[in-house]
Amino acid sequence: MADNRPEIRPSIRTASARVKGLGPAHHGTSEWWLHRVTAVSNVPLILAFVVIIAKMAGRPYPEAVALISHPLVAILLILAVISVTNHMRMGLQIVIEDYVHDKGLKIAAVMANNFYCVAVAVACLYAILRVSL
Amino acid sequence: MAQFNLPKNSQYTEGKTWPRPAGQNVQEFRIYRWNQDDGANPRIDTYYVDRDDCGPMVLDALLWIKNKIDPTLTFRRSCREGICGSCAMNIMGQNTLACTLGIDDCQSGQIKIYPLPHMPVLKDLVPDLTAFFAQHAAIEPWLQTESPTPEKEWRQTPEDRTRLDGLYECILCACCTTSCPSYWWNGDRFLGPAALLQAYRWLIDSRDEHTGERLDTLHDPFRLYRCHTIMNCANTCPKGLNPAKAIAEIKKMMIAREV
Repeated sequence: MADNRPEIRPSIRTASARVKGLGPAHHGTSEWWLHRVTAVSNVPLILAFVVIIAKMAGRPYPEAVALISHPLVAILLILAVISVTNHMRMGLQIVIEDYVHDKGLKIAAVMANNFYCVAVAVACLYAILRVSL
Repeated sequence: MAQFNLPKNSQYTEGKTWPRPAGQNVQEFRIYRWNQDDGANPRIDTYYVDRDDCGPMVLDALLWIKNKIDPTLTFRRSCREGICGSCAMNIMGQNTLACTLGIDDCQSGQIKIYPLPHMPVLKDLVPDLTAFFAQHAAIEPWLQTESPTPEKEWRQTPEDRTRLDGLYECILCACCTTSCPSYWWNGDRFLGPAALLQAYRWLIDSRDEHTGERLDTLHDPFRLYRCHTIMNCANTCPKGLNPAKAIAEIKKMMIAREV
C-alpha cells in the first residue's frame, strides 16, 4: 500500500525541518485523559453489564424486559454503552494513526471508525430505551 | 501502511564464511554486512574469533575481526567503556552497547549482530542517526531562562539536583529509540524515547524558566502521545535508565496544567 508521507520522499530538506514538520498540534492531552477516564469507568460498567447479561441467561423474554426496565439497570447499561463506545472510538483511532500512513486511506479509516462507533452507540441506546421505557 | 516486511532490496542473504582460526576456544559470530557500492542485498557473514587472543567484550571481538580477519567490517566505536554511545547495535536481538556486553553474557554458540533496527543503514553496523539527533535538537536540550543571568551560576538545591538523576546519564546511543515499535512506524512524527527523556530532563530542571514553552512544543498527538508504554526502551537501555517513566511523567505534567 502506498505510503505517501512527504517525509520519506527523496528531499534535500534539512533534518531539522523534517523533524519539526508542521509543528506541534497543541492538542492530544484531553483525548489521552478521556481515554484513561473511560478505561477506568469501563471496569465497573462492564462488570455490571456482565452481571446483568448473566441474570438474563436462560430466562424468558418478558423477564429480560422487566430486568432492563428497572431504572438502575437501564442507566447502568446506557452508561456502559457510552463509556465503551467512546473508549473504542479513541482506541481504534490510535491504532489507525499508528499503522495507516496513506493519507487518503487514513482520513477514510478515521471517518469510518467514527461513523461505526456512533452507529453502534446509537443502536444500543435505542434498543435499551425502547425495551426499558 | 506501516511496513512490516523488509523491502526486497533489504532482505538479507547468506554471506561469506571467513576462515576459522586455530585454537580450542573459538566463538562464532554472525554479522550483518551491507554497503551501497556493490548493489547487492545485505548479507550475514560468519566469523570465528579466537577467545584466547581476544578481550572479553563483544566490541573486543569486533575489533579482533577487523584487525585480524576482515578490515572492511564497519562499525562505530570510541570510548570502549559505555560513555560515548557509539557502538550501539543489535546483539542477540537486543539493542545494547557492544563495549559493555560480555561475550560470555551472550551465552550462545552463535552471536548475532545487526545494526540498530529500522534505521537507514550507511554501511554494515553503522545506522544513519541524522533524524535521531535532529529530534534531540528539536527539544532544545539547553538551559533557557528569562531572568538576568547571575554573576556566578544558576543555583539549585541538592534535592532539585537529585531529580535529574536517572536522566542526565543518557548517552544518546539510540538503543531505546530504535527499539520502540511506535518509533518504527511513526519515527517521522514521534520524537522517540531518547529525545523525550532529554525533554523531561529539562522540564524538571529547577533552573529552567521555559517549562511551559517546552510542554507546548511536546503537546501533540504524535510527538509525545505516540508513546503507548510498550517499555522496550526501559528494557533495552544499556545505562539502566527508564525513558518510559520519563515520558509518563511528561504526560502527568500535561494533565497537571489542565486538570
